[in-house]
Amino acid sequence: MARDITEPEVVFRTEGVTKVYDTGEVKVYALAGVDLELRESELTVLLGASGSGKSTLLNILGGLDHATSGRVWFKQLELTKMNDRALTRFRRDYVGFIFQFYNLVASLSARENVALVTDIAPDPMPAEEALEIVGLGHRMDHFPAEMSGGEQQRVAIARAIAKRPQVLLCDEPTGALDSKTGVQVLEALDRINREFGTTTAVITHAAEIRKMAHRVIRFQDGKIASTEFNETRLHPHEIDW
Amino acid sequence: MRALEKKLFRDFLRLWAQGLAIALVLACGVSIFLMSFGMFTALTDTRAAYYERNRFADVFATLRRAPKSLAPQIAAIEGVFAIETRVTGSAILDLPGKLQGAVGQFISVPVSGEPHLNVPLLRSGRYPDPQASGEVMVNEPFAQANGYVPGDVIHANLNGSLRPLTITGTALSPEFIYTIGPGDMMPDNEGFGILWMSEPALAAAFDMAGAFNDVGLQLTRGANVDQVLDALDDLLDPYGAQGAHDRAMQQSNAFIDGELKQLQSMAYVLPPVFFGITVFLVNMVIGRIVALERSEIGLLKALGYSDMEISLHYLALAGLIALVGVAAGFAVGTWLSRALAVLYAGFFNFPYLIFSVSADVYIISGALGLGTAMAGAIRSALSAARLPPAVAMSPPAPPNYKHSLFDRFLTLLRLTQPTMMILRNIARWPLRAGLTALGIALAVAVLVASSFFEDALGEMIETSFYKSNRQDAMLILTREVPESAIEEIRRLPGVLQVEGVQFHGAVLKNGHREKRVAIEGRPEMADLARIVGDKGQVVAAPKNGILLSERLAWQLDVGPGDLLEVEFLTGLRETHQIPVAGVITSYIGLAAYMEIGALDALMRRSARLGMANLSLDEAQKDEFHAEVKNLPGLAGTVMLGDTLASFEETIEQNITISTIIYMAVAVLITVGVTYNSARIQLSERARDLASLRILGFTRSEVSYILIGETALLALLAQPLGWLLGAGLATAMVAGFESDLYSIPLVLNRGTFAWSSVVVLIAAAVSALLVRRRLDNLNLIEVMKTRE
Repeated sequence: MARDITEPEVVFRTEGVTKVYDTGEVKVYALAGVDLELRESELTVLLGASGSGKSTLLNILGGLDHATSGRVWFKQLELTKMNDRALTRFRRDYVGFIFQFYNLVASLSARENVALVTDIAPDPMPAEEALEIVGLGHRMDHFPAEMSGGEQQRVAIARAIAKRPQVLLCDEPTGALDSKTGVQVLEALDRINREFGTTTAVITHAAEIRKMAHRVIRFQDGKIASTEFNETRLHPHEIDW
Repeated sequence: MRALEKKLFRDFLRLWAQGLAIALVLACGVSIFLMSFGMFTALTDTRAAYYERNRFADVFATLRRAPKSLAPQIAAIEGVFAIETRVTGSAILDLPGKLQGAVGQFISVPVSGEPHLNVPLLRSGRYPDPQASGEVMVNEPFAQANGYVPGDVIHANLNGSLRPLTITGTALSPEFIYTIGPGDMMPDNEGFGILWMSEPALAAAFDMAGAFNDVGLQLTRGANVDQVLDALDDLLDPYGAQGAHDRAMQQSNAFIDGELKQLQSMAYVLPPVFFGITVFLVNMVIGRIVALERSEIGLLKALGYSDMEISLHYLALAGLIALVGVAAGFAVGTWLSRALAVLYAGFFNFPYLIFSVSADVYIISGALGLGTAMAGAIRSALSAARLPPAVAMSPPAPPNYKHSLFDRFLTLLRLTQPTMMILRNIARWPLRAGLTALGIALAVAVLVASSFFEDALGEMIETSFYKSNRQDAMLILTREVPESAIEEIRRLPGVLQVEGVQFHGAVLKNGHREKRVAIEGRPEMADLARIVGDKGQVVAAPKNGILLSERLAWQLDVGPGDLLEVEFLTGLRETHQIPVAGVITSYIGLAAYMEIGALDALMRRSARLGMANLSLDEAQKDEFHAEVKNLPGLAGTVMLGDTLASFEETIEQNITISTIIYMAVAVLITVGVTYNSARIQLSERARDLASLRILGFTRSEVSYILIGETALLALLAQPLGWLLGAGLATAMVAGFESDLYSIPLVLNRGTFAWSSVVVLIAAAVSALLVRRRLDNLNLIEVMKTRE
């Protein structure tokens, strides 16, 4: 198939990626041969039941985990050939992560949690600016314990975008939040995707969220079950779940 | 400051109580190392410099009387670099305004001026005029203790006449860094002085014109000391020599050696204990923090922090704790060094104080402290680095509890669930439980090993003063006199009872083993100075044999019935074969006893005595002292009551100080171990405990689970602590034992009980501090936290 030259550049590409957890007694295939492409500036939603392999794939894409077999590229870089040191470098320079449980450092304020990233990234935006983007300009000096769940997750987003990452990988960013707070978080992600063109992958259990994505990938038993494209994307505030 | 560094400091502040508990244990190690090693170096350097500058002799010999013409022959011995012959002697001093006489040790100063060897260091005034007969220079401590300045006049009973002596100056000498009078147990600067006097004047007083009775040699580098000693003995034997010796047997030097040995063993024994406990505690605490911050570690890795940065982060946390510990250790160590220097100043007479601890000792002890904390943290720091980020982000698997034989045994006991939880937890982490118990046991051991001292010294005093030496005074004579002198002494005012004693320098030989000692001759059933056996029974001085102290018998490898070759250095200087009559316990010196008449028989002479033991009428003591001062032929007096009082006073002070220090040390160890162990258990089990509370367990029931394990370990640690303490005490007794004195191993039940009570109270307080945290636990919050 000839590539359409108007299509955006491929950011992530995988070929036959498997991930096997060997517990000694049984072998669990978390990923059983995944081929996929994520393109520049796209917002992709990954759907699927628990254990279908979404998080494992996201971890491998983000350089947090190694594939058992298969190959993974980030643009021209082949991640599956990199050692831990190079993967650390890769994460530091290109990837922003957002997790379900925020994972803020309790002993650091919002601003300082973001500074964790700006301290080591090559071309970061000021921590204050990142917090403004997620609408937390007025809560910068609060500690995680002094913030609501939605606010904490937005700090996590600010932390992820502060390094101006090329990709944003979000593992159930709204999983621990009610839908109203969840919308605020999705709005922040949507805005970053639109304004900065950051390639974004979002894992979620909430199927309605797919409506804000360019591309929706469904996972089942460690494989991609289906891929679909949205002609029109909804704004997060139009989504209810 | 980078955000990760801020996290570091906030974590450190949050952990302040645990960190402080560890830092204080580390501080103990650092300060004791700093003090003992620092003082060891300072004392060694000071002494070496002093010896070098003031030409302390390498070889010493005393004799009865030899012509000065012998000196060139001595100087010709191979290996001799310099020689100095002197006249020495002792006499009773009559100090103005003092009833009781003092003892003066006189040393000649050559006519040419300054001596070649053992050069006194002038502190004030001037040397005595070689032409003047009534001038002396005295040792500075004696002058200070009695308030003398140059120009003051004292009197000495020289050759039977009381002569006025003008003090021309004060001095210190490398020969008398530790100055102890004959028969004394402690330095008594007021009652014992060194007096330098011009040689012609002193020779006239002691009837030594053209002769000498003391010689010191300085050897060339690399000289064979033993050959020089043998050659010197050969030359001096005909002149009543007592046998030449090197620095090791020079009294002042030997005492400093003893002190150095103590400092060294202190530096080697105690700090490693504290460092070991610190390693354990740091390991426990950092290990727990790494476990708690598992997801944060995963996050940092996801953010792109390298393994090295993460390892360093946790190492730095341990480093901060170490920094506090080292700083506190420096402060306390410096203070302790100063305190010890003050103590030494009262004991040792050095002209200059190089008593400051040198910078490199600070560097070494600081590095040791930091290294200790790093050693404790490295395992956890590396495990944090090795944690794969994807694994770190997911919660840890629950701890692996398995059904074991021990478990089945527990089930049989039908224990309550909380008790099961306690016991299973110990079984689950046996190493940690074992090390916790060991840490507490070490605290007990430190107390046992320090407080046994008081009992041991009590036993020493009881045996030496109340059972053995019951005399009130000892009169030391300048030379042996016929037994009839006893009658003269008995006529002195206040004297109730008199017993004569003689001393003979002799070399005891068994095969290749030999030892130079003083054999003491006593009346068979002496009533004042008694020989006491190990069970407290009075032992008769043997008529047909010799009685040896345990250490001496051990050194010579002889037992009762064995024949000993005794080479007398006195009288006819004959060698006799004498059977060992028995072995007795003695804490002071290397004792060897025979019946006084048997000694006279061996010497083929009529009965004589060299010293008299007296009991006195308390009411007539003043008259006694006044009379004794004028007694001719007296080299010194020792009042045992004074000796005992000063001994007890010194001990009392030292024991009080050391009891407080060791108690603080034991409490710090206990708090460091129990507080941290309970805090970590609280952290590990907060969810379990909160669940139990939600299920309806009361606060005290839940506390029982938390405190129970610590309490059980603390109790189990007690017998182990007693055992370790007894071992430590035995090692200390062995370490202190020397030819000068030995300390009995006395371990009372009270010592063990006291040690356990102190440690258990400290453990209980630390556990209760943690319990308060448990009481304040927010149940909902705990249940919501994701492990």
